Amino acid sequence: MIDRMIDNRGFDSFDWRFIGLILAILFLGVLSIYSVTHAQQGGTPFYLKQLMWIALGSAAFVAMLIVDYHKIARLAYPLYAIILVLLAVVLVMGKTSRGAQRWIPIGPFAFQPSEFAKLVLILVLAHYYSSAPRIGWLQRVVLPGLIMFPGLLLILKQPDLGSGLSFLAVYAAMLLMVGMRSQAIGIVLLFSLMLFPFAWELLWGSLHEYQRHRIMAFVDPEYDPGGKGYHALQSRIAIGSGELLGKGLYGGTQSQLKFLPEGHTDFVFAVFAEEWGFLGVLLLLALFVGLIWLSLEIASRAKDVLGALLAAGVIAMLCFCVVVNIGMTAGMFPIVGIPLPLMSYGGSATITTMAALGLLLNVKRRRLTLFY
Amino acid sequence: MASVGFQDVELGELQRRLTVLRIGLLLVVALLAFRLWHLQIREGPYYRDLSENNRTRSVILEPVRGQIYDRNGVLLANNVPSFTLYVTLEDVKDRETLIQQLTSLLGLDPDVVRRKLATKGGKLLPRKIKDRLSLREAAIVEAHRLDLPGVMIQVESQRNYPGGAVGAHLLGYVGEISAEQLERSEFEELHQGSMIGQYGVEKTFDRFLRGKAGQKSVEVDALGHEKRSAVVEKPEAGDDLYLTIDVRLQKLAEDLLGEEAGAIVALDPTNGDVLAMASRPAFDPNVLSRELTPKQWAEIVQDEGHPLNNRATQGQYPPGSTFKVIMAAAALETKTVSPSTTVRCTGGYQFGRRLYRDWKAGGHGFIDLEQALVHSCDVYFYTVGQRMGIDTIADYAKQFGLGQPTGIELPSERVGIVPSTSWKEKVKGESWLPGETISASIGQGYVTVTPLQMASMIGTIANNGVAYRPRLVQAIMDRATGRLQELPAVARGKVEVKPQTLKLIQEGLAGVVREGTATRAKSALISIAGKTGTAQTAALRTGPEKDIPKKLRDHAWFVAYAPVEKPRIAVAVLVEHMGHGGSAAAPLAKELIEAFVKLPPKAPVVAQGLGLPTAPAPMETR
Repeated sequence: MIDRMIDNRGFDSFDWRFIGLILAILFLGVLSIYSVTHAQQGGTPFYLKQLMWIALGSAAFVAMLIVDYHKIARLAYPLYAIILVLLAVVLVMGKTSRGAQRWIPIGPFAFQPSEFAKLVLILVLAHYYSSAPRIGWLQRVVLPGLIMFPGLLLILKQPDLGSGLSFLAVYAAMLLMVGMRSQAIGIVLLFSLMLFPFAWELLWGSLHEYQRHRIMAFVDPEYDPGGKGYHALQSRIAIGSGELLGKGLYGGTQSQLKFLPEGHTDFVFAVFAEEWGFLGVLLLLALFVGLIWLSLEIASRAKDVLGALLAAGVIAMLCFCVVVNIGMTAGMFPIVGIPLPLMSYGGSATITTMAALGLLLNVKRRRLTLFY
Repeated sequence: MASVGFQDVELGELQRRLTVLRIGLLLVVALLAFRLWHLQIREGPYYRDLSENNRTRSVILEPVRGQIYDRNGVLLANNVPSFTLYVTLEDVKDRETLIQQLTSLLGLDPDVVRRKLATKGGKLLPRKIKDRLSLREAAIVEAHRLDLPGVMIQVESQRNYPGGAVGAHLLGYVGEISAEQLERSEFEELHQGSMIGQYGVEKTFDRFLRGKAGQKSVEVDALGHEKRSAVVEKPEAGDDLYLTIDVRLQKLAEDLLGEEAGAIVALDPTNGDVLAMASRPAFDPNVLSRELTPKQWAEIVQDEGHPLNNRATQGQYPPGSTFKVIMAAAALETKTVSPSTTVRCTGGYQFGRRLYRDWKAGGHGFIDLEQALVHSCDVYFYTVGQRMGIDTIADYAKQFGLGQPTGIELPSERVGIVPSTSWKEKVKGESWLPGETISASIGQGYVTVTPLQMASMIGTIANNGVAYRPRLVQAIMDRATGRLQELPAVARGKVEVKPQTLKLIQEGLAGVVREGTATRAKSALISIAGKTGTAQTAALRTGPEKDIPKKLRDHAWFVAYAPVEKPRIAVAVLVEHMGHGGSAAAPLAKELIEAFVKLPPKAPVVAQGLGLPTAPAPMETR
């Protein structure tokens, strides 16, 4: 009944602010990608490819905006099944890069199912909690955990620690939202403590050598500046040397001179910070906080549980990626390979993030239909 | 109402919990902002200092190119260390002074150095100025290093072909990637100075041989000289290739041709393996893999003998009488003649106002198909050719693989010409003349083929009609996994020719060697079957052969297989301007086949499994 009502009114000022923030962040991202890769030789320039991803992402945004989110949520399980199959396919025949198998090659491009998996997990969990009363810790904690588990396992097996952690973050945020009785929290804590040695064994054992080195390097980045702590140290030098006003566009020696690897992907924030300085960083943080703040508005005014949970999931994913990415580039966390949403170069991540934001706006635009 | 699962109360409760997220977000962002303030403002000057003194250079570590072996594991191409001179512009004080210094110290061409320094890329990209420096030259540079800021000598691996010119056309050579190649997406991961295969299997299998470049970060002093270095990303060595050729046969085939221009191809008819493929004149890939001066290049390209041309796959010659093998198959299959049909050969064939001569002045008398093959009677094939018409002939020629690529894994294979009425209409815009069918019937006129096509054709006859795509690489050794991946033999199809027809042709071809035009290929060791051919190059022929300038003399052909009973080798020999196939080409084929029989049996490397020669560890480049 409700889901057939279509919100035909034009965008209001809220929507425009929301979209404006997204566009502003995307613009800074493309600018940084252009700055760091403009000297590359051969092939399509990265910034052009990123513009193409943004175009595709906008299509995803619109698609997720116009279809009623109740309808989208109903597809959660089939979508999850597809993603699981794709994740399995990646393991079997995916493209390997730096020791990890994350990509399925499609023509000249590579498609990364673990990015899409995050959004699908949000749909699955939101759909799960909203479609029937979930009472007791078994239904609230264990069952959704079991639903998430195969996806998490397949992602960690690639190994893609970053996406795996995002998965856990979404799950944790959902648990927090639906609430747990204190005794359930106690049981979860107890079990996780008991399982910790095994989990650590599993996690550490499943890591690739370079990942272990990165975590080790996190503990003491200075001990081998040319080797394992290289990423972390170069990234910190890049950010720090930006000082208050930055070195200006194309002026970042760290990134321009290629001391900083992955300057257009995972470490795009360091490039931005080097060229724009602390003031630019504050601006960027303000843009992200603004976007998440508006998203929280949407969540808190959602008309039903499904909408609220969807919004909360997207917010959790977004917050987690922004915080962990900036944190790792600034040397606060180990390097785990999480892209900065809307800034880092990458097709799968850009499309997923924009689709997720489309879903958020969808929740907001349908909240008033109740009163018709 | 809105949801079945939770009550409104719960929705409200749920939304209140968002406050936790809100507060959490603000706290974390404050933490991030504090950390960034700490990095950029409090410790900013320190990091700015670090970044300015961060004279770290990122240097590309070239991967070690995969090695190439023959079917028995004999090394055909490897890498040897060599000194390469690089210049990093960032550290160069005055470009012209440096150019002058390099010119006087090493005798380099100033214009070449200037051009190389001007290639695209940032100031920090080291430009390759000269490779293969001698030890002495490297020592000179090292001795003057304080006067040469920005100059760097790197030990790199240089492609080396231990056999010199042996198998040159097959192996090909490597060369620096050109500006135009750099633009292509297949070379996206490469950079100025990367070496890639430019010819032969080095080119067609480049993506396996190439490997992947690594990177090291080098800390340099104010003059740009290296102080400390650390590998950031290890280079990945390329995969090794195992070819199907037997280098002993390959060398013999080349020696057999000697100074003459021509080609010899030997195939295993049962699977298409190329056992040998010689083309003369040849070149030394060691020389071509080095950096050549424009003058050296011009000399090679303008050489009248066209040494870069692989005559086995790119030389297009009229097949001459070797074409009669296909004519025989076509005539029997179309029931134009039966095995017992005879034609009277009086030494010529009158058509309109023109007399088409037989090579034997007095003629062969009454002759049937088998004898016509044995003695290479022209009149017989003029007659059946005229009866069948050119389009039927073209159909069968195509079935045997003429006029189309064999699919061998070598660059720029030529396909020759199989003429037909539609071909002439399309290419020449003229209609087909009946007289032209007569020329085509004995492999003259418009028909052209490559030696490889002819080897494949005779192999198909030997293998009872089943054609294989010629295969050059039998296996690839994946360096990353250590696995030997075998490339399968690919059957191209079966010609639509009845077994009786093939049998009759096979008997005729055995007769050619036993008692016909190729008795000089008769061997005491092994039974050989074959067909001679003499391809005319000039239309007008007057006087005895030796009076004709060599440029205008006929090409000698011989196609053969052995042993007759159970063929294991198919051979095509073409010697340019050497006259009769029976005298100039057949003996070469015989020698090659006899050598093949005498070769000590050796299981190919692929079958030996663990007996692989172990590749040396990737060379330390520093």
